[in-house]
Amino acid sequence: MQIKRFGFFAFLFALSLTAYAGDGHDSHENHEAHGEKSIKEQIKEVKEHHLKDSHSFHLWGDHAKGNSVEFPLPIILWDGQLHFFWSSEFHHNANAVVESKGSHFRLYHSKIYKTEADGEIIYDEDHHALNEKPIDFSITKTVFSTILVGLLMFWMFRSIAKRYTKDLVPRGLSKFIEPLIILVRDDIARPNIGEKNYKRYMPYLLTVFFFIWIANLIGQTPLGINITGNIAVTFGLALITFFITQFSGKKDYWAHIFWMPGVPYLMRLVLMPIEILGLFVKPFSLMIRLYANILAGHTVIISIIGLIFVFGAWGAKGAFFGLTFFLSIIELLVAFLQAYIFTMLSALYFGSAVEEHDEHH
Amino acid sequence: MEIPAIVGAGLIVIGAGMGIGRIGGSAMEAIARQPEASGKIQTAMIIAAALIEGIGFAALFAVN
Repeated sequence: MQIKRFGFFAFLFALSLTAYAGDGHDSHENHEAHGEKSIKEQIKEVKEHHLKDSHSFHLWGDHAKGNSVEFPLPIILWDGQLHFFWSSEFHHNANAVVESKGSHFRLYHSKIYKTEADGEIIYDEDHHALNEKPIDFSITKTVFSTILVGLLMFWMFRSIAKRYTKDLVPRGLSKFIEPLIILVRDDIARPNIGEKNYKRYMPYLLTVFFFIWIANLIGQTPLGINITGNIAVTFGLALITFFITQFSGKKDYWAHIFWMPGVPYLMRLVLMPIEILGLFVKPFSLMIRLYANILAGHTVIISIIGLIFVFGAWGAKGAFFGLTFFLSIIELLVAFLQAYIFTMLSALYFGSAVEEHDEHH
Repeated sequence: MEIPAIVGAGLIVIGAGMGIGRIGGSAMEAIARQPEASGKIQTAMIIAAALIEGIGFAALFAVN
């Protein structure tokens, strides 16, 4: 069993080693294709391309050279009527304009604009596009990966739950997951929310813990997915925590915000705006913490992979390869730690909302 | 002369780094004194470090 577990971790490490390999390879091929761009510009391009969401799932290769391996994702737009087509249609004609139900759309710098038939983009003096933007409900790369993580989690936890109906002894996957579930229950939920109320919050805490953890780990694979490094995703997660906290707030919670007991009257007036601000600062910091940590990790690793291509000497290449490996292992730790902290702080906020203070004041 | 915003962010990051360093150092001392309480100390340390880290990131975010 020990060997098996080691094997699993070795597999994770191997994944981390090859993380972003697709992106690194990409920059190398770009170099061969158009020599006029400096290697630094190419690295910057690859980095920006990786960190941004996109309308197609790009695996490796280069568009300009025509050896790009990618698969299209559905584009869903709303501008009074519904438009549906595949992102591959943008590449079918030269000026990348797609006609749908009498309207023309153009993909420009990973955003979709409404244009005339010739696909002209009108700029203002700061070189920002002035064209009308339709409301974009597309299944982008991040949305697609999020659905993938959701399906993976559904499959994982269904099979684990089924296993426990037969036999309470954990086997297989449940043997690996059970300690983590116990960790969330005994180290996160119980001490922070309290023995009386913790059970109600366990489903959310477990879901958010495993979602963030698995999304972070998938971000370490060579697929080049960046789910939790997208501020919209972390905004959504923080928003759910915010709403659960507010809706489970008891009398004491609101009293501590609007009319702090046990302090002089003047102080209560000073504390009220601060506490109200605190309501929003807490989920905001949750959002920024997860987003910035993952984004910073991805940026650093891509930059160091880029340094492998900047330096010509084999010794330097080897050194930066080693550094990439080391940082990838650190990222595996960060992936877990960020999931843990997000869950822990959510539990802390729920705990403060359901707490009852009848023993003092 | 105008001081660029990134300098302010740098100051905040220095402060956050010092803060997290102190938390880590104190937690180590506490664990050395009472190894049996290491679990609780670690949890408290991670929460405090995460809160400070949030401020550091907020500074970087504001500059960006």
